[in-house]
Amino acid sequence: MALDRWVALVILLICLVYGYTAFFTMDASLPPFMQRNPVWPSTFPKLLAVLGAVTALVILLGLEKPASEPKAQDINYRRLHDYNLGQALSLLALMAAYAFLLRPAGFLISTTGFLILGSLILGERRFHLMIPIALVATGCIWYLVQEVLGIFLRPWPFFLGV
Amino acid sequence: MLEGLMIGLSTAFSVTNVLMVIGGCLIGTFVGMLPGLGPMSIIAIMIPVAITIGDPSAALILLAGVYYGAIFGGSTSSILINAPGVAGTVASSFDGYPMARAGKAGKALTIAAIASFAGGTVGVVLLMIFAPMLSSVALLFHSAEYFALMVVGLSAIAAFAGTGNVAKAVLMTLLGLIMATVGEGALYNLPRFTMGLMDLQSGFSFITLAMAMFALPEAMYLVLNPARSETGGEGGKQGEIKDLRISRAEARSIAPVIGRQSIQGFFIGVLPGAGATIASFLGYAVERNIATHEEQQEFGKGSIKGLAAPETANNAACTGSFVPLLTLGIPGSGTTAILLGALIALNVTPGPRLMVDDPQIFWAVIVSMYIGNLVLLVLNLPLIPYIAKILAVPRTFLIPFILFFTLMGAYIGQNNATELLILVGLGLIATILRFADYPLAPLLIGFILGSMLEDNFSRAMQLYNGLGFILERPMTLGLLVLAALLVVVPSYRARRARLRAEGVADD
Repeated sequence: MALDRWVALVILLICLVYGYTAFFTMDASLPPFMQRNPVWPSTFPKLLAVLGAVTALVILLGLEKPASEPKAQDINYRRLHDYNLGQALSLLALMAAYAFLLRPAGFLISTTGFLILGSLILGERRFHLMIPIALVATGCIWYLVQEVLGIFLRPWPFFLGV
Repeated sequence: MLEGLMIGLSTAFSVTNVLMVIGGCLIGTFVGMLPGLGPMSIIAIMIPVAITIGDPSAALILLAGVYYGAIFGGSTSSILINAPGVAGTVASSFDGYPMARAGKAGKALTIAAIASFAGGTVGVVLLMIFAPMLSSVALLFHSAEYFALMVVGLSAIAAFAGTGNVAKAVLMTLLGLIMATVGEGALYNLPRFTMGLMDLQSGFSFITLAMAMFALPEAMYLVLNPARSETGGEGGKQGEIKDLRISRAEARSIAPVIGRQSIQGFFIGVLPGAGATIASFLGYAVERNIATHEEQQEFGKGSIKGLAAPETANNAACTGSFVPLLTLGIPGSGTTAILLGALIALNVTPGPRLMVDDPQIFWAVIVSMYIGNLVLLVLNLPLIPYIAKILAVPRTFLIPFILFFTLMGAYIGQNNATELLILVGLGLIATILRFADYPLAPLLIGFILGSMLEDNFSRAMQLYNGLGFILERPMTLGLLVLAALLVVVPSYRARRARLRAEGVADD
């Protein structure tokens, strides 16, 4: 089965769970005064769940066929291993790590680390460029966000108290 | 209209606002040139900045400047290195890149800038004429018509997704609408579909979603396939921009092209779902068809008409796409959807009341578009040789920065580290959806329109005590039938064409 049909299957399942919630569990918690309204919080979701499930089925069953050959994509997912898959996944992991470290480690350390490790993952080895660029950029961005935009970003790790 | 124009001029010509336009255009050009950060991502990143500014006129002026700058930046990288940063400028590379290869990069950039300027200017004039007209009609609309109109907009976006892709686009729109129902709805104050997670209490943030749908998958594509950001090799030579002048004969030959395309592009831009990309391709095709035989041979090899046509059309279309946004509050493209999100975040409700309630915002945006065009021509063009240096930055440095700005955009808006995890998760999903050839813009537009669609639907239901409004209001019924036709007819025709083709093959 092609990837687009797998996606349609997953979305179909999402629509079914969503629809189940809308049709069977949501209305139970509705306050009595709202029950006399012609429209409930679950009304619109019910409509969406049905439409979504039907559309997902149309794709899953292949009812809408492409008029011509599918266009050549710039990345063929069937040959994903030919591309830099490891780099892409490492960068995603790095972003997740950044999310976890941003508060505890502070903006300056986590951002400098993110920029240096990001370049490292992509194969850059010129440390004499990477480190100063990351340091200067982090400092400038922190100053812009904190001082110019006035949005608080804790600069240092939690144990330094700021 | 003149009175409005005066209000707009006095607002837009304050020192802060002129600085906003200039700054916005420069930032936009700079970022629009980079692969991976299109106008949508850069506008999404700038929204927290715009909100900090506080004054809605200044904020919108900044965002409009960024939008124009990003389109212009996209054209520049199309011409110089054949790497369009934006889909709307792909057609510009057909003739722009051959011109640059022939050593006429400066001339190509000037033509692009003049064509963009003219397209944008004519677009603004048409916007000034048509927006108030549409606005006054739209004031007669009730929630039932609004609901139907939004459905038409969403179906048109799906219908323009191309043959064989309509169902996918519809599904993405519905997924966007489903995501919009997560969190506390405005009408009910009841949390819905939060799965007990506190972080989903207020729903998904549209900035995070915009980053996850556009910036992150594009960055992932750049990582996966280094050829996409290839700027070295022979590309380096075209970086030499020498002469920016064009001759009088050349100007005379592109003038009619610019005239035609600015009008055609504008009206394509007004249609929901069509936008700058379709306008630029159509503009290119039309001009090639009506050119003389000798001129046709030139197309694709560095024809100045072939460059002027898409450049004019895409800028006029960008302006045109503001018509439904400002008058009806319905975005016709991913970028205008993000602008709509920004407006809502700034407590401005776009729609027919905007012209009545906040005329200074409405007109200041229009005037600043014009100033934006002027800034691009007068200020950005001479600076291009310097700005273009950014194209020489190696991808190993560029990509971590693109990812970092994506993270920052999501973080600053919400000030919440969990938002970053949601961003990474949604970004991964979006990348998979892109692999499977699902269009992502409909999802974002569905998401942004979702709550308004539901509000209007619910209000109409309450007023008519049920679904009666569909039959009792002829305009609502008409619009809903139109919406259904927009989705069904293209698939039906594609099916018939396919059956006929198979029938011929059988004979």
